[in-house]
Amino acid sequence: MATAAEKEGVVLLDFWVSPFGQRCRIALAEKGVEYEYKEENLSDKSPLLLKMNPIHKKIPVLIHHGKPICESLVIVQYIDEVWSNNPLLPSDPYERAKARFWADFVDKKVSECGTRLWKLKGEAHEEARKDMIEILKLLEGELGDKKYFGGEIFGFVDVALAPFTAWFYTYETCGKFSIEKECPKLTAWAKRCKERETVSKSVHHPHKVYEYVGKLKKKYGVE
Amino acid sequence: MAAAGDHEVKLLGFWASPFVMRVSIALNLKSVGYERLDEVLGSKSEVLLKSNPVYKRIPVLIHEGKPICESMIIVEYVDEVWAGMGPSIVPSDPYDRAIARFWATYIDDKLASAIWIILGKLEGNKEEAVEQIAAMLPLLEDRFKNCSRGKDFFGGDTIGYLDIALGCYLGWIRAVEEIVGVKLLDEKKTPLLVGWSERFCVDGAVMNVMPRADDLVELSKVM
Repeated sequence: MATAAEKEGVVLLDFWVSPFGQRCRIALAEKGVEYEYKEENLSDKSPLLLKMNPIHKKIPVLIHHGKPICESLVIVQYIDEVWSNNPLLPSDPYERAKARFWADFVDKKVSECGTRLWKLKGEAHEEARKDMIEILKLLEGELGDKKYFGGEIFGFVDVALAPFTAWFYTYETCGKFSIEKECPKLTAWAKRCKERETVSKSVHHPHKVYEYVGKLKKKYGVE
Repeated sequence: MAAAGDHEVKLLGFWASPFVMRVSIALNLKSVGYERLDEVLGSKSEVLLKSNPVYKRIPVLIHEGKPICESMIIVEYVDEVWAGMGPSIVPSDPYDRAIARFWATYIDDKLASAIWIILGKLEGNKEEAVEQIAAMLPLLEDRFKNCSRGKDFFGGDTIGYLDIALGCYLGWIRAVEEIVGVKLLDEKKTPLLVGWSERFCVDGAVMNVMPRADDLVELSKVM
């Protein structure tokens, strides 16, 4: 007898701490889709991963009925379009364009700046710190007084950014600044996200992330 | 070829920008009349700074006073707002859509930076950049074979999302070929792409907005 996961035909190739993979997990959970989770060893990538994402050889990869979809925001949009319950994107074209813009902003800015924050020293580190505060403030500006970026609905931008809430502690500690002080509304939003089961089940404790980054720092010889 | 009041739709752009061209093509496909507001090279207008405060760059589509930014996001917006007019730009099948979005992201990541490196506008190894483009094109040739299913464009019978994403670079690809003296689009190596590029450039929606390679070569000297 086929399991629910087998019936849906959804497999997710992922890595436990990846915020990009977590976006997919959150989106699938929001839609109530059963799937098979496959943890990848990034230093020894599986033949399946290499076959399903030959261009980038990266996770996450969603495999639906044998066909691969790559790039986390492309995957999240695919999930939103295939499973139409609990829509993540609004129906109004202008609001959709805004949501796509801000999800893309998160994609372009947060992780890249975060990496500079833990990897670099001196002036470059100071620049990364300033940049991160600016990025978070811009996001807070877009959030405003809304419950979520999607308004009352936990939407596309929320899914794009929620996994990074587990990295806030790392960013603050590496950057020596307080996100709560700089962005109180964003901090409150992060708390609300963590209270959502779909997020809390997909995202790891901030200290685990910090521990993981500590190992990366050792690996790259950053003290 | 005007529809629903030209004044309602404004496009902040610049004649040489491939990203602006994407939006022009989308609007042309939908037969939407619009006002072109061109930026002056080396300065940014008040309208631009106000309508795109995050990135301060073109293209920006202003529709009924509301700004939409980021070229492929604008293309999707145009396709959604004027859904009843002209051909569909974004594929209707979610999987085809995901493939198109994946490749558009890939093209933007790899092709744009390679071109700017070759032109000396971005730091990097020029030879490696040429090799990078040469390595991409057979992948795109293969993609064309899969997407077009024997028809004229990636989008099938008419220009679609991926045609727009890639085709906007054709002017600059030809300019780079002239400047560097290397044939990038070679009918011996990627015959389908060469055939496609010729059809793309003479399409009614593209013809008047595709810059001439000679003009781009001249521009690259003063940029």
